[in-house]
Amino acid sequence: MRHTITVLVENTFGAFDRVATMFSAKGFNIESISIGETEIREISRMTIVTRGDDKIIDQVVKQLNRLVDTIKVVDLTEFERTERELALISVNYQRASLEEVKNICDIFRGNVVDINSQFITLEVTGPPAKINALVEVLTPFGIKEMARSGTVALKRGERAKPQKKEVA
Amino acid sequence: MTNKQKMSGADIFFECLRLEKVEYIFGYPGGATLKIYEKLYDIDFLTHILSRHEQGATHMAEGYAKATGKVGVVLATSGPGATNTVTGIANAYMDSSPLVVFTGQVPTHLIGNDAFQEADIMGITRPITKHNFIVRDVKELAPIIRKAFHLASTGRPGPVLVDLPKDVINSECEFNYPENVNIRGYKPTLSGHVNQIKKAAQVISKAKRPLLYVGGGVIMANASQELRSFAIDYGIPVTMTLQGLGAFPGTSEQSLGMLGMHGTYWANQAVNNCDCLVALGARFDDRVTGKTDTFAMNAYKIHVDIDPTAIDKNVSVDLPIVGDVKRIIAELRQAMPGKPDVAHWMKQINAWREDCPLHYEKEDGKLRTEYVLEKLSEKTQGEAIVVTDVGQHQMWTAQYYKFNHPRSHLTSGGLGTMGFSVPASIGAALAVPERPIISISGDGGFQMNIQELITAAYLKLPINFIILNNSFLGMVRQWQELFHAEKYSFTDLGASNPDFVKVGEAFGIPSVSTDKIDEVDGIIDQLLAKTDGPMLAEFKVVKEDMVFPMVPSGGSISDMIVKRLNPQRMI
Ligand SMILES: Cc1ncc(C[n+]2csc(CCOP(=O)(O)OP(=O)(O)O)c2C)c(N)n1
Repeated sequence: MRHTITVLVENTFGAFDRVATMFSAKGFNIESISIGETEIREISRMTIVTRGDDKIIDQVVKQLNRLVDTIKVVDLTEFERTERELALISVNYQRASLEEVKNICDIFRGNVVDINSQFITLEVTGPPAKINALVEVLTPFGIKEMARSGTVALKRGERAKPQKKEVA
Repeated sequence: MTNKQKMSGADIFFECLRLEKVEYIFGYPGGATLKIYEKLYDIDFLTHILSRHEQGATHMAEGYAKATGKVGVVLATSGPGATNTVTGIANAYMDSSPLVVFTGQVPTHLIGNDAFQEADIMGITRPITKHNFIVRDVKELAPIIRKAFHLASTGRPGPVLVDLPKDVINSECEFNYPENVNIRGYKPTLSGHVNQIKKAAQVISKAKRPLLYVGGGVIMANASQELRSFAIDYGIPVTMTLQGLGAFPGTSEQSLGMLGMHGTYWANQAVNNCDCLVALGARFDDRVTGKTDTFAMNAYKIHVDIDPTAIDKNVSVDLPIVGDVKRIIAELRQAMPGKPDVAHWMKQINAWREDCPLHYEKEDGKLRTEYVLEKLSEKTQGEAIVVTDVGQHQMWTAQYYKFNHPRSHLTSGGLGTMGFSVPASIGAALAVPERPIISISGDGGFQMNIQELITAAYLKLPINFIILNNSFLGMVRQWQELFHAEKYSFTDLGASNPDFVKVGEAFGIPSVSTDKIDEVDGIIDQLLAKTDGPMLAEFKVVKEDMVFPMVPSGGSISDMIVKRLNPQRMI
């Protein structure tokens, strides 16, 4: 099953690498990983999307907690949450028409951020599933390049409770 | 603090070690650590032990750490000095030994430039350390060292590396040693969940066939006394892992010896048939469980460990308790509502013990490792510190030496590092001068850190270096015979071994050799009588013996091999 895990880490040298190293050392899969600042200067937030059965996810969460630089680990999967991803997609509009591509872009509430005589670059944000849907629709036109940010997520409503150092 | 005097990084380094009460540093100098060695010249509150290879230094520090529970400290230079510590660090990581390893590093402005003797030791050791630090500013030096010692020695212990760029060591700042450590992402859980403990006590006291499965965590947590009281008060039998040996006296009726791949028949049968398995500071390693689906299949499993990641990692348990195993065993003992009735269970276990005892050929008059180990156990009364290497002799030691005390069986378990014994015994000998230290190696592993013999000789450490020479990389040979079509590919050392007596003598160590059973007694007496320096004894043993019982890798107890299938092959 797909899990979205949010990790607050110390904004120190190597903290990101430590997480990535742990994932590869333990053979856990990473679907996407993103890192950025938080409201507190010395803390960064990582959002990791991974897949695995309950046993694997249990280990992923525990192993993340075990890293000295991690402050808080929450598996958001079981909570109401907002998940967003940003994608920049450059599409060939010559095969259809500019109009058609722009229509699609509107349906997905995207923006046009760049255009030339052959390619149009769209910016779209949304849950990863929405981006996947857009990619599917645009593929027949010819996607020249695509950049996806990876998922970021926050729990809805009250603040997520720390799972740190808690066990089954 | 105003007008505090500024100190150099090197001075701060030593001031921190003094405050951490470090007795020994195991190290080897080089360009990046010159400034530290310059200061060391005038330091008298600690002793620097010069190894002959940084791997040796790291294993020495681990021997010291395993023998005492204190943090072992290593100092190596940058580049090759640092990379030479890698095997030792990985070993300490797998066996959860507290080490702080300091490595020199090129100056900060050269990092990343492929400077002379630069290695990215941070990147290299990230997956094999509990944590690692690079000190980028001399102001961070003292707080980082404080944290390093704290991390290494608390919770589940482990190695911590501190990388020291040369310019940081040379620059100056005011010295402030933080009194307390507060790492917000690191707060090990110490006290176990009260209700879980209560529930565990209820289950154990009602069990018909309870079994304590004890790992190295019990020794690390200094919980042997609690374990002994608990097991003895409630009459529960105890089986131990390789790292757990010594936690419970091997001579006790209640001790079933080691479990797992080369565990005793009765310990493995007990695991297979118990109805309540209590894992204490153990991690369900694959060498212990074999096939996890069939491991203690019918037992209610309770798992006590300080490391939450150990829980449900390999084997799912019914009742996890995270916390300090010392406290939890004591609390379990208090919480027990009654004594389980184990009379029938013990009878059954003793029947297994009689059915299939440890056995070796005694009739042909040839010298065997098992005999030497039995004699050693007998003559030292289980009171020695025995430091083994990796291979058959290691498993035989675990089977035949009856350990009375914790911190007496020092071995490389998790990583299985050949070359561990010789240097680790040096660390142990420095740590515990009052007990006999016996280093046991095979002829293969003995040659893997042979250079450290001079360290022992020079320091006149009374270590008994024993080589059990079967002329083979015995354990690999055993697998070749059993599982690889008897292709003895590159495991026969018979023609290429050095003369071990001459080797010992070249290092200034009195050395003897025998292949005769009736000389063993005398040699062991001689070894134990010599206390003014090391001595070496080579026992030339039968070449092609195998360690039994054996549960093949990934197998179940029902796959256990108890003796050689083709006895004609016995030499
Ligand atoms: C550094 C290292 N290299 C290789 C191995 C693989 N290995 C495991 S046991 C063994 C044989 C050890 O032979 P020896 O030291 O003679 O001891 P014996 O098994 O004969 O008692 C080998 C090569 C290892 N454990 N460690």
